[in-house]
Amino acid sequence: MNYRNFREILMNFIPIAAFFLALLIGAIVIAILGVNPLVAYQALLKGAFGSMNAIADTVVKATPLLFVGLGICIAFRAGVLNIGGEGQLVAGALSATIVCLAFPNLPGWILIIIALSVGLLCGALWAGIAGFLKAYFNVNEILSTIMLNYIAAYGMNYLLGGPIMDPLQVQLGSFIPQTARLPRVVDLPRLIPTRLHLGTIIAIIFAILVYVLLWRTTIGFRIRMVGQNIPASRASGINVKKYMVLAFLLSGALIGLGGAIEVLGVHHRIFTDGSVTGFTGSAGFNGIVAALFGQLHPIGTIPASLLLGALLTGANKMQRVVQVPSALIGALNGLIVIFVVGSEYLRRRQTQRVERTVK
Amino acid sequence: MEAIIIGITKSAIRLATPYLYASIGETIGQLSGVLNLGVDGVMLMGAFSAFYTVLRTGNLILGLLAAIVVGGIFGLLIAFINVTLKAEQGISGIGVYIFGLGLSSLLFRTMIGTVQAVSGFPVLFIPLLSNIPFVGEIFFQQNILVYGAFALVPISWFMLNKTPLGLSIRAVGQHPEAADSLGVNVVRIRYLSVIFGGMLSGIAGASLSIALLNVFQQNLTSGMGFIAVALVYFGAWRPLSVLTGALLFSTVNAIQIWIQVKGINIPSDFTLMLPYIVTIVVLAAMAKRYVRPPKALNKPFERGE
Repeated sequence: MNYRNFREILMNFIPIAAFFLALLIGAIVIAILGVNPLVAYQALLKGAFGSMNAIADTVVKATPLLFVGLGICIAFRAGVLNIGGEGQLVAGALSATIVCLAFPNLPGWILIIIALSVGLLCGALWAGIAGFLKAYFNVNEILSTIMLNYIAAYGMNYLLGGPIMDPLQVQLGSFIPQTARLPRVVDLPRLIPTRLHLGTIIAIIFAILVYVLLWRTTIGFRIRMVGQNIPASRASGINVKKYMVLAFLLSGALIGLGGAIEVLGVHHRIFTDGSVTGFTGSAGFNGIVAALFGQLHPIGTIPASLLLGALLTGANKMQRVVQVPSALIGALNGLIVIFVVGSEYLRRRQTQRVERTVK
Repeated sequence: MEAIIIGITKSAIRLATPYLYASIGETIGQLSGVLNLGVDGVMLMGAFSAFYTVLRTGNLILGLLAAIVVGGIFGLLIAFINVTLKAEQGISGIGVYIFGLGLSSLLFRTMIGTVQAVSGFPVLFIPLLSNIPFVGEIFFQQNILVYGAFALVPISWFMLNKTPLGLSIRAVGQHPEAADSLGVNVVRIRYLSVIFGGMLSGIAGASLSIALLNVFQQNLTSGMGFIAVALVYFGAWRPLSVLTGALLFSTVNAIQIWIQVKGINIPSDFTLMLPYIVTIVVLAAMAKRYVRPPKALNKPFERGE
């Protein structure tokens, strides 16, 4: 192995370094809060991997992150920054729930397939709004997707507060904003006697499909080309606007499917605490972190989602054991993004150096 | 009817405050060529620092200073990532947002814990002017941060258009190479602009937590910082047009709150949605009016060797 290759390989470890740097800063914050960081992180580790159930919970937590992460891979590779994961998750989850509540008498597996398809479709349409506005009205997609997140959340709150509220809640007068539990026939099969469900397998299959799409098909090549260089894409006859919208549709479809699976696999109903991230638990944002952490590669996003899922699951344990709020993980996720994006500079400098040597 | 109009207009003026500080700060940063999408996160940190300081010391000026300092530190961080490390500005901004949201929630949970109220900046009656019927009540019976926000509009206009510093900022955002060859320190000007923008975002947050709402809770801003960025596009990087946009939004907000308070029979979730829908509609409507963004926006400066 020569020196240059070694440097290049080293560059691939930047996300790992970013992760540990974020953990180190987290440790300092924990110490400032008056808790021994080692004890806190030990609790976190135990909460994430300490038992069969803990591991299953980590994987369950990672599943929506993977779906969102895959959607983000497609969008970011096409050069469109879809920050609307939150809204697209809600669109998928809500529409799947409504379908299941509306047709409780259909056979289970048919209803599952319909519900997942509808969730996928609604996620795609919700993201498609932003794609359409970006392509044809030049509306900044970061802003429009953020706005669509809030609109989706308030729309969900409205529906849960009345039209689709659990009739039992109305009867009892407790008015908790949630739907009735979905018919048991639509529960996704459990894999082992834990909370682990079929959705995880579906997510991994989709990760492979996204990889194939992006790197082994013409459509994927064009999507990536639009993300790399718009003028060159135009010159080579690619309909840039069409591919921008397509990237958004595909991105939203994956995320919407993730939302639907979250309902059928984990919660079996949809609920809200009134806040914007009440149902999703910020998975729409954390999925972005997973994708960036996985270097915007669908296969890389799998371990990245697992790692973040472990952080999130472990953080709940940490909160219970040493009273360090799990919000810490939110801050660390932000730092990971900053570090990963910031370190692109090192990578670029490295490539420049290599180019110069080649010359 | 008269009372309703006065009430809505007065609260529209009040509510324009956070938008004005944040949008004008963002305008200055963008004019220098740096797109900062982390405004919402910085606002949250500013709001928390101000609120916490006031809760502990009762000193409003100290609270405001805390927000300015924290906003400035965040500005420094953003400048370092975007100017020195030349990061992709859209994504790094989201990182800053997630970080600010998480950190402010963490600090809130550990240092305060429950939602409490403080007494914020009191109404400052402007002598004589506040006695004018209607106008006085609407414009001159507000708190000092509201006056500050409106004063910022002409001040920033003057700074950007009539001073050498403003000229440098705009030059650096349009033609960094040309500015560099004329001896303008591109990196320094961008740092200054972004740090100043961060301070203003900090004040924007403080205006919520110690002047308008006088509480702090997780995600207090609920996306206001992103709307502020949208206002910069709406205002086409001109302070006066940013003011128009801010007033449009604050009026929508004021009407929304009025509908809720009056108990008019529209589900509150729909009225809460209103500002976000208006943002999208406005951004789409702006597309036809072609205004060029600063040429070097979102483009890191590479000095030729």
